[in-house]
Amino acid sequence: MSDVAVEVRDLTRSFKKGGVQALKGVSLDVPRGQVFGLLGPNGSGKTTMVRILSTILAPTSGTAVVDGYNVATHPQEVRRRIGLAGQYATVDENLTGLENLTMIGALNHLDKGFVARRSRELLGEFNLTDAASRSVKTYSGGMRRRLDLAAALVGHPPVLFLDEPTTGLDPQSRQDLWSIIEGLVEQGTTVLLTTQYLEEADRLAKLLVVLNRGEIIAQGTSAELKEQLGATVLSLSFSTVDAASRAVEIIRPLSPKSPVVEGTVVDLPVEGGPATAAEALRRLDAAGLAPTGLTLREPSLDDVFVSLTGHRVEDDTPVRPGRNS
Amino acid sequence: MSNDTSVATYPTEGRGALWAIRDIRTVTVRNLRNLVRVPVQVVFSLIQPVMFVVLFRYVLGGAIPVPHYVNYLIPGVLVQTTIFGAVGTAIGLAEDLQRGLIERFRALPMARMAMLAGRTVSDLLRNVIVVITISLVGLLVGFRPSGTFLNYLQACLLMLIFAYALSWGFAFIGLAAPNSEAAQAMTFPLIFPLTFASSAFVPVATMPGWLRPFAQNQPVTQVVDAVRGLMLGLPHGSSTWITLAWALGAVVVLAPFAVQKYRRVT
Repeated sequence: MSDVAVEVRDLTRSFKKGGVQALKGVSLDVPRGQVFGLLGPNGSGKTTMVRILSTILAPTSGTAVVDGYNVATHPQEVRRRIGLAGQYATVDENLTGLENLTMIGALNHLDKGFVARRSRELLGEFNLTDAASRSVKTYSGGMRRRLDLAAALVGHPPVLFLDEPTTGLDPQSRQDLWSIIEGLVEQGTTVLLTTQYLEEADRLAKLLVVLNRGEIIAQGTSAELKEQLGATVLSLSFSTVDAASRAVEIIRPLSPKSPVVEGTVVDLPVEGGPATAAEALRRLDAAGLAPTGLTLREPSLDDVFVSLTGHRVEDDTPVRPGRNS
Repeated sequence: MSNDTSVATYPTEGRGALWAIRDIRTVTVRNLRNLVRVPVQVVFSLIQPVMFVVLFRYVLGGAIPVPHYVNYLIPGVLVQTTIFGAVGTAIGLAEDLQRGLIERFRALPMARMAMLAGRTVSDLLRNVIVVITISLVGLLVGFRPSGTFLNYLQACLLMLIFAYALSWGFAFIGLAAPNSEAAQAMTFPLIFPLTFASSAFVPVATMPGWLRPFAQNQPVTQVVDAVRGLMLGLPHGSSTWITLAWALGAVVVLAPFAVQKYRRVT
C-alpha cells in the first residue's frame, strides 16, 4: 500500500449555476496516518474538494485517488474506505444515537454483531453512552457533532474527511473533538480536515494547504506558513487616517514583512514581539505620533490571507497596500 | 481508544439484488421509525380526508344528484387520499435533502436507488394505514359496500398500487424542489386537477362538455371507477386493467427519472 492516502491531480470543478469555477486545477498528496489541513475561507473550494473526494460530486476534470481507488471510476470502493463528517451534523434527529450508528453500519453492509459492538464502543469513547437510547433531538450541538463523527467511524475507515468539524462549537466541545481526532490519528487513520481556523489547523495538521478561490496559494507545515508571516502581528490604531499613513513609513524598517493599512489601523507582522512593539512606540513618539491602541496577537487566518493575497477573508475587498499610500 | 472490535474493518465485497433489498429495508425501517416518533404527521394526513368525508357527505352531498351518495363518495375519497399520501414521498425526500442526510447517504457504499425505494415503500405502508382508517370512517357515516370482501381488498390493493407508482414521480419533484414546502406546493397543480376533474366526487357526465374528454380518460377516473365498481359490486368495464397499465407505465417512465435525479442532485 502506498504511503499516500489521497492523491489529487489537476482537479477542477465548475458549476453551471452562476458559472462558478470552484476548483481551478488543484494538486495535492495527503500522506498516510496524519492530519492534513485544508485551510481557507468560505467559497475557497474546501467543501467542493471534500465532496469530490467522498464521491458525492464528480470532478469536471483531473483525477482524485483515495486509498488506491479513483473516485470517478471506482466510487463504491472509495465509499467502503472513507468516513465523512462535517459542520452540518447529518444524523437523523428522530432516531436515537444508537439507532443512527446501527443504520449507518447496516448501510455499510457490515456484520450485525460487529455493528452492535462497534456502536457501543464508539458511544462509550465519545461520551454518549448515557444518551445512546435518547432521541438525537434532545442532544446538544457538541453531542450531535460527536455522534456525527462516530457515525463516520462505524466501519473503521482508513481515510476520514472532516469538513469544518468544529465550526459553531463552543470551546469545550471543540477541545473534545480535537482530542478525539488526535486519538484517531494515533491509531493510524488519515484525516483530511477543512477549517477556517488557523488555530485548529495549527494544533492538528502536520501539513497544510491554503486554498483561495479554488487555487492553492500556499502549502507547507504550519511552522513554515507562520514563518512566511512572522511570529506575531503588531496592530496599531491611530486617531486619523493621515496619522496611520505617516506611522507606516516610520515602523516599516522594523520588520522584513510589509505592513498593511486599513483605515486608521496599521498591522505589521513582526519577529521580535514586545521588543519590537517598544521600539515602534519609541520611534512613533519621536515623530510626535501617539497610537490610540496597540495589540500584539497571534497571526490569524485573516493575516495569512492578507499577507498572501492582499485581501481579507470576509469580504474580498482589497486592502490598501502599505506602500506609497 | 481501544482497537479490540476491529474484526471486520473493511465492509466485505459483494453487490447485487440482495444488498439492494437489505438497503431498502434499512431505509424503510428508518422512515417508519420517523413516522412513529412524529405521529402528528400521520394524524394530520388523516384529518384532511376525514373532513372531505364530512364535507361531501353532510354539506355538499345533498346537492349532488346521485342516489346513496355516500356509497359513491367513499371510494372517491379513498383514491384521492392515497394519491395525497403519495405526495409524502416528495415532502420526505425534500426534507432529507435539506437536512443533509442524502448527502451523507451518497457517500456510503449502499445501493443508489435504496433511498428512493425505501421512501416509496414506507409511504406505501403509511397509505395502508390511511386506507384502513378512512374505510372505517366511511362505515361510520353510512358507507355500505355491497361487493364481496375479497373485491374490497382488491380495490384497496389497486389504489395502493396506483399511488405507489405515482410516488416515483413525486420522488423526482422532491429531489428537484429547493425545500419541503416548495415540494408540496409543486405537487398541487398536478394532483388537484387530477383528483377533482375526475369521477371521484361527481359523475363525469355532470361536467361541462369541454372538460369531459379529459375527465373521462385521465387515469384517476379509471382508478376511481375500478375501485368503486369492485367495492359496490358494479360492472366497471376494463378500468382495472387500464389502472394497472397506467401504474406500470408511470413506474417505467418516472422511476428512471427519479433515480437519475438522485444521482445528479448536489
